[in-house]
Amino acid sequence: MQLLGLYNYFVFATLLMVGLYCVLARTNIIKSLIGLSIFQSAVFLLYISMDKVDGGTAPIIPSDAPPDIIYANPLPQVLILTAIVVGISTTALGLAVAVRIREAYGTIEEDKIQEMDREQ
Amino acid sequence: MITIIFSLFLLTMLVLVAVAILRTDNLFTAVMLSGIFSLIMAANFFVLDAADVALTEAVIGAGISTVLFLGALALTAEKDRSPPVGSVVPLISAVALGSVIIYAVMQAPRLGDPKAVVHNHVAPWYLEKTPELIDVPNVVTAVLASFRGYDTLGEVFVVFIACMGVMALLGRVRPRKDSIKLTEYEERSRNLRHHLIPRIVGKMLVPFIVLFGLYVQFHGDFGPGGGFQAGALVAAGVILYSLLEGDWRGRELVPEWFSSLLVAAGAFLYASVGVACMVMGGRFLDYSALDSHDPVHGQHLGILLVELGVGMTVTGVMITIFHAFARRGVR
Repeated sequence: MQLLGLYNYFVFATLLMVGLYCVLARTNIIKSLIGLSIFQSAVFLLYISMDKVDGGTAPIIPSDAPPDIIYANPLPQVLILTAIVVGISTTALGLAVAVRIREAYGTIEEDKIQEMDREQ
Repeated sequence: MITIIFSLFLLTMLVLVAVAILRTDNLFTAVMLSGIFSLIMAANFFVLDAADVALTEAVIGAGISTVLFLGALALTAEKDRSPPVGSVVPLISAVALGSVIIYAVMQAPRLGDPKAVVHNHVAPWYLEKTPELIDVPNVVTAVLASFRGYDTLGEVFVVFIACMGVMALLGRVRPRKDSIKLTEYEERSRNLRHHLIPRIVGKMLVPFIVLFGLYVQFHGDFGPGGGFQAGALVAAGVILYSLLEGDWRGRELVPEWFSSLLVAAGAFLYASVGVACMVMGGRFLDYSALDSHDPVHGQHLGILLVELGVGMTVTGVMITIFHAFARRGVR
């Protein structure tokens, strides 16, 4: 039961590993960016896992709420909400760089790009 | 009990999809799988009581991010030509990182433990004081727009700068004078107009998506939602229209000058609400100063305007970035 309560964190660790491996091992820039977004989502999962309270509900307080309702922690939610939007903007920037690299080199494979740079 | 089984299932699916993304060498498959990944992640967030975040992840991760990746794929390559077996260094670093984290989380409080440190520091204060000081039901909106307004202002400017970066890299492409005019076939193959069913069904959805976006924008104080989600939803509606009818028709619907104007006007509106608070005798982004008789009403007004600013910027940024990618392909 103790381990079951930590399952979210194990999934976080696994996703982090998959994401990091994807970024490091793949030479394709787009694939690396997808890996980066998996890595990013893993961090989101870590934060959101921390907001859960047993028997709680989403932190929306109705005006006639009975005082004994338990609410989830709103703070990690605020952080991650904005982080998701910032994440997509930076990913878009990365994709724009990838498009320009493709136009300049004709490929988006890192090893081929390095080869071309060495030949010059 | 059912919730636990459901969340175990969802989390396991997440890992499986992530591994599938890693293994495939077809980038189109990888992008579609990452859309599924985001959707499962959104369901996970919902199970974990984070309704606002689930909405954001569903719109942005599964919707807009997939479209942007596909747009980039169309301009780059469809195949991942990485060497099948790389060096062992990435594997070792990934496993090392994973082991350190697993070692660390063994000490972490279990999921949902009410005695965990995160729940006993500043969070109860926000939950307790929001009805009194801000009086909006959604605490996430209250913290986002009012208590931590500085933070959100910063995030809006990060999004703004990222948009400028994309425009600087991909640019406003001016059509060349000597460019070959697209033939009718090429023009038709650039959109989905020749696919009758997606076109009709998709077009029927567009007004409802935009309407839902507006609902989420102006109802964000009371239910899950707010400027970030609404902006992405409205942009998703416009992007869907552009995909169905061709990006030039999308640009007729929302001209580029208008989406750029939205980007700047939203950020400007947010910052000027802050300045208005200073002029009215308060501190920067202290909305209570906006109404000298009733500080709570001032907070309501401030949050409404600030969320509107966020929504405008996010809508503009998403549409502008989409057009930057879509237009690049026409040359």
